[in-house]
Amino acid sequence: MTANQVALWYLVAAIFFILALKGLSSPDTSRRGNLFGIIGMVIAVLTTLAVVAHGRIDLIVLGMAVGGSVGAIVARRVQMTQMPELVAAMHSLVGLAAVLIAIAVVNNPSAFGVADPIPLGNRLELFIGTFVGALTFSGSVIAFGKLAGLGKRFRLFSSAPVVFPGQHVVNLLVALAMIGFGTVFFLAEDRAWTPFIAMTAIAFVLGVLIIIPIGGADMPVVISMLNSYSGWAAAGIGFSLNNSMLIVSGSLVGSSGAILSYIMCKAMNRSFISVIMGGFGAAEGGASADTGEKTVRSGSADDAAFLMANAESVIIVPGYGLAVARAQHAVKEMAHKLSAKGVQVRYAVHPVAGRMPGHMNVLLAEAEVPYEQVLEMEDINSDFGTTDVVLVLGANDVVNPLAHEKGSPIYGMPILDVHKSRTVLVNKRSMASGYAGLDNPLFYMDKTMMVFGDAKKVVEDIVKALD
Amino acid sequence: MTDPTITNITVFVLAVFVGYHVVWNVTPALHTPLMSVTNAVSGVIIVGAILAAGPAEIDFGSLMGVAAVALAAINVVGGFMVTQRMLEMFKKKTPKAKAGE
Repeated sequence: MTANQVALWYLVAAIFFILALKGLSSPDTSRRGNLFGIIGMVIAVLTTLAVVAHGRIDLIVLGMAVGGSVGAIVARRVQMTQMPELVAAMHSLVGLAAVLIAIAVVNNPSAFGVADPIPLGNRLELFIGTFVGALTFSGSVIAFGKLAGLGKRFRLFSSAPVVFPGQHVVNLLVALAMIGFGTVFFLAEDRAWTPFIAMTAIAFVLGVLIIIPIGGADMPVVISMLNSYSGWAAAGIGFSLNNSMLIVSGSLVGSSGAILSYIMCKAMNRSFISVIMGGFGAAEGGASADTGEKTVRSGSADDAAFLMANAESVIIVPGYGLAVARAQHAVKEMAHKLSAKGVQVRYAVHPVAGRMPGHMNVLLAEAEVPYEQVLEMEDINSDFGTTDVVLVLGANDVVNPLAHEKGSPIYGMPILDVHKSRTVLVNKRSMASGYAGLDNPLFYMDKTMMVFGDAKKVVEDIVKALD
Repeated sequence: MTDPTITNITVFVLAVFVGYHVVWNVTPALHTPLMSVTNAVSGVIIVGAILAAGPAEIDFGSLMGVAAVALAAINVVGGFMVTQRMLEMFKKKTPKAKAGE
């Protein structure tokens, strides 16, 4: 195959990738979109195999078979509640693959059609691709550990922010050291392994350092950001290999992750920088917890069932607690029972509910909740005022009315206006404050009834009571 | 002849632009499948890995390439399959389910 033919096939594959993303604009077209994505990938892989037809195809096929089988097994076995972990793990693989390819390029540039010694421009691109890849890898490993709850065994994976004095200064120095070695590699005349390895190793450390101070509820931002990085890493490698396929796909992924990060930050009314700096709630939270004299009204699952069964309309607000308890199937059954009694049931999803963008939607879809009943914040917020009962399942900050009060740390964050409804039922495991470390006035309102306990257990009890 | 870097930058900027416009149209309900499908798409780095693993003579670099092929293949296959699994769940339910409303 000539270089021109290769480039044209890559163009075809790139168009299929764009169609794959376009398909996700609606659930109806999304499956066809995924098929387009697969076709694009097959074209890209076959074209590249044709390029190296005289090489070690056997080894390549072996690699693909091993990796493909692992991927297939994981994809089939993973639970929907584990999606954030899986996505984080996949980001790390892209990052690591980028680093390995970069090493191969430094080792033998001519195998990639890159001049030897590597031209200055390609060396700069190689430097950028490698450090972004290394950062993506180690950062995603930390994110994976935090999401998988490995914090008890290994403190670096703690879902609480890991902070230490002088953190930002240390990070800055490490980053400067990385850039320093990168510059030496960039300016070196020969193969320059030493600065390259030093730069890569420091990038691995930096990836760890920038993710550890970020706490659990900021994970939607982190995971979107790493999604974006994994794309930029691929694009960076594409630049150093002059490979348009990698540049196009990497850019698509990079911009997708960047947009998701932006949407998530906006939904928390926080700047990207403040999320990255980390440690939210750990420092300033404790002061506002003056729970002393306020009283909460708590009730049983039976009471909750009675209130909902006699309502005309119910809105369910799922949060991370629902995912932890894997309560989505029980919730669906409860909604089904309520519908049978003539109650209108809908779901309200906050953009940052859960640990990754769209987390709640997938869990509800898994439980076969029709997606027409699942509404986004801006579509349902005006309806809370006319709703009889709202059931909050394991959500806290996203329904905290303090967000409407000037001077509160979460002032300005868009929330679900649950407090405007006639009755609020809140299921939580305890009165512990949410991620922001803030008390939630919603819990002390006269119309609020707390139902303490594990989300799944409580909902199952409600289902029994509804019979 | 234009410098290849300039061509690369042209491609890059246009692709970012296209990505920006396409992704804003993705419905928020499908943001998780969006992430998993972009996982699969970024597995396209397998192209670079195949080139690295390609040379007829096995050396240190081509072994790195084979390892990268395996890692990227996990993403490609796993990413598309798990996306498919999720999207199946978003299928429109039969009218039977809607009758309950």
